[in-house]
Amino acid sequence: MVATRPTVGVLALQGAFREHGLVLRGLGAEVREVRLATQLEGLDALVIPGGESTTMGKLMESYGLTEPLRRFAAGHPVLGSCAGLILLSRRTAEGAQPLLGMLDITVRRNAFGRQLHSFEGPVQLRFPGRPAETFPGVFIRSPWVEETGPGVEIIATYEDRIVGVRQGNLLGVAFHPELTDDNRIHRYFLEMAAEAAGSGAVETEVA
Amino acid sequence: MKEIGTLKVKTGLAEMLKGGVIMDVTNAEQAKVAEDAGAVAVMALERVPADIRADGGVARMADPEKIMEIQETVSIPVMAKARIGHFVEAQVLQALEVDYIDESEVLTPADEANHIDKWAFDVPFVCGALNLGEALRRVAEGAAMIRTKGEAGTGNVVEAVRHMRTIMGQVRWLGGLEESELFRAAKELQAPYELVRWVAENGKLPVVNFSAGGLATPADAALMMQLGAEGVFVGSGIFKSEDPSGRAKAMVEAATHFEDPEILARVSRGLKSAMAGLEIGTLGAENLIQNRGW
Repeated sequence: MVATRPTVGVLALQGAFREHGLVLRGLGAEVREVRLATQLEGLDALVIPGGESTTMGKLMESYGLTEPLRRFAAGHPVLGSCAGLILLSRRTAEGAQPLLGMLDITVRRNAFGRQLHSFEGPVQLRFPGRPAETFPGVFIRSPWVEETGPGVEIIATYEDRIVGVRQGNLLGVAFHPELTDDNRIHRYFLEMAAEAAGSGAVETEVA
Repeated sequence: MKEIGTLKVKTGLAEMLKGGVIMDVTNAEQAKVAEDAGAVAVMALERVPADIRADGGVARMADPEKIMEIQETVSIPVMAKARIGHFVEAQVLQALEVDYIDESEVLTPADEANHIDKWAFDVPFVCGALNLGEALRRVAEGAAMIRTKGEAGTGNVVEAVRHMRTIMGQVRWLGGLEESELFRAAKELQAPYELVRWVAENGKLPVVNFSAGGLATPADAALMMQLGAEGVFVGSGIFKSEDPSGRAKAMVEAATHFEDPEILARVSRGLKSAMAGLEIGTLGAENLIQNRGW
């Protein structure tokens, strides 16, 4: 285990990056905003926030962030929420848009419908090796996960829909834990970051 | 257990739009240009403010057919404007499932005393404000997002700056008051005491605050962000310029990299002509759109 507090980057191209930063700081992490590839240096983990996935994807491409983010995500814990989940995914049901293509899932964008259908509802959380728990889900024009590849664990469901997954060091949720007072998902993510740093996985997992 | 239309999901969508540019569009083709440039949302309306100003006449909600065409064309949120106080236009827009309703002074007001009761809707509303009191009155009526008004359709950022500085200054002023002085402050601002107290304690507006009205260049967008805007609306500034696509993309990049002058210099280069723009002093008080709303 690491004694020092982890340094977590939050991708700050657009969206609710400040809210993730507030939760992470509250849990003792050092937080840095990332807008350029050079700002990934020295980070232990990264959060890709909610926002507009098309906007963030275009800014990633225009500013040469796509490849550096892929390399980072291959060796460090990354949490994506909503648009962040979409950007981490390999495929969207709708087709072409810039993606990082790291999580072996197919995502359907705005799957629950337009804003009129945005909602709050109970999510069933199942972190691997832990008992099931309920989490306050805030879904805003949210995606869901339509297909998962081998090696992808389902960690959250809403009714019969997959709304959270983990694949190795990548964690993705379709809802917005950063808009609630409940920090369990961020805590779990920081535990992943501590484990990765402590086990030296940061170096060994780089493909 | 599933709840729609809660304050959290209404304000939550505004949180997701932060750091982004919302662009006025009048048809599906323009909406596509906006989306391709990286807009976080589009605002559907019949005529951009510069044309409303030039043509005169009553400006109303856009034709539902136009709005539906835009919804079918883009995957980003589609907003639309309703006239101040015109709650039936808002009902129509909710029935069309627009993602946000802008109760907008840019259209001709339908009620000169009352704004729409926005609590009665599940779709969220954004409203304009000149100052903190007006912003908090709109929040009290149920607005889930605020934008400073500026002076729409002028391509002149001076009023947007005035309104943003006014609101940010008033927020700082409240933060310096003693608790016993907040009652008088609420009276002066003509805003509910509970909201005034919330702002004093938290040092910010209770909802996301964007800038609007007169932004025409990437530097204008970055200026408003540095002054405290959490994102920007661009109306006539894009589709009244010579190269809408290039300018739209530059403004998106400026909103993200608003504190990086080297990037701002690069994205500002070679954009061709901005919209012509108007001097506010020549308009006359009766032609100022910003004074609509109460």
